[in-house]
Amino acid sequence: MGFENKGIYTVHEFTLAVKSVLIQGQFNDTWIRGEISNFTNHSSGHRYFTLKDKNSQLQCIMFKWYGKNLKFELEQGMKVIVFGDLDLYEQKGVYQLKVRDVRPDGIGELSKAYEQLKNRLAMEGLFSTDHKKTLPRFPTKIGVATSPTGAVLHDILTVLGRRYPVNILFIPTVVQGDNAAQSIVRSLDALNKTDVDMIILGRGGGSIEDLWAFNEEVVARAIFNSRIPIISAVGHETDFTIADFVADARAPTPSAAAEIAVPDRLELTNHITRLGQRLIGNQRRFVTDRISHLSDLRQKSSIGRLIDIKKALMDANAGKLNAVSPLGTLSRGYGITLKLPGKTLVQSIEDVERSDEVSIIVSDGKIICSVNDKEECKWK
Amino acid sequence: MEMSFEESLKELEIIVDKLEKGQLSLDESLMLFEKGIKLVRECNTKIQCAQQKVEQLIVENGGSRTEKYEVD
Repeated sequence: MGFENKGIYTVHEFTLAVKSVLIQGQFNDTWIRGEISNFTNHSSGHRYFTLKDKNSQLQCIMFKWYGKNLKFELEQGMKVIVFGDLDLYEQKGVYQLKVRDVRPDGIGELSKAYEQLKNRLAMEGLFSTDHKKTLPRFPTKIGVATSPTGAVLHDILTVLGRRYPVNILFIPTVVQGDNAAQSIVRSLDALNKTDVDMIILGRGGGSIEDLWAFNEEVVARAIFNSRIPIISAVGHETDFTIADFVADARAPTPSAAAEIAVPDRLELTNHITRLGQRLIGNQRRFVTDRISHLSDLRQKSSIGRLIDIKKALMDANAGKLNAVSPLGTLSRGYGITLKLPGKTLVQSIEDVERSDEVSIIVSDGKIICSVNDKEECKWK
Repeated sequence: MEMSFEESLKELEIIVDKLEKGQLSLDESLMLFEKGIKLVRECNTKIQCAQQKVEQLIVENGGSRTEKYEVD
């Protein structure tokens, strides 16, 4: 059959023809389940993504006037159910879904439950910092509640061992599945009956379903009621569970929990060394101060001694002075005779004449006399 | 009773503070200094001697017991 009979389409005409078949209604108001990839939140406000499953892909566009009603933002890898109408994008000749609504797939109910419980417990004050117990600075025994399989326990033990080795009491705990919440509560209760001074409640990363036990109310209450401070380390950095909010401390990962739990041995050694240096430096200063103070004192006391010596010297000199002083002689009974009125010393009979007035000085006073006679004597 | 590491370190920190504030007699200061040096040694020894010991808590029949946990 030649094209003369059928006529020839232009590409555009053909595209429009296909489009008219596609959009006639059979694929309007359609719900499709899949996973988001190649997500672009365009500056125009329109969202573009590919909805895919294991075997197929579907181009999607969500115009901004529909997107503004979304209660959450679309993310790469998110499992969703989209609602929309089939369309054909003429310029590219590709069919695409014009999305009018997106719902989270599967997690919808859980998410809702999570939000509700979170709000209720927050209102009740379970997340309040007033109730947070202080972690011991140097725990001596740490309780670890986590799965006996998987990397979490290994990670925690490795980091603890590297930073600061302590005693560890591990309690195997189911952290996933229907029995998980009950198992976690049981482990926390059991650890509260031991002598551990800190608890790490840990689990590796996973989907919200995997982590669900940590969003259950019984677990939240068990954490809240724990006598012993609890570090919650559930999932990865971006996973926040209710347990994280109630716990006394939240670590983004189990390894990080171990880092929060104990100080670093090396840092601690340095801290102690610095304390020792301060101690010695201070004591050195103290002793130096004392020595200079002492030498001050000695200087002062050497002046005192000098004074003492001078005083003794003075005393000795005073004694000598006393010995040579005429007053000393007088006290032994001698007298000094002065001729009046000139008070010239009388040393010889030649010094006085009869009727001269003389004054004789004795130890306690003077005697005024007149000379009656004089006689030369040879005493020696 | 032997002091825990935490108590030893705390006391050491208090002693260093006290000495740095001064206003102590020579006797007091020498006594504290000696005590401080002893604590530095104690703390260091305690840190060096710290060892990881892992036990497992087994809950059964309403009771619980601990046993050594072999780390692989």
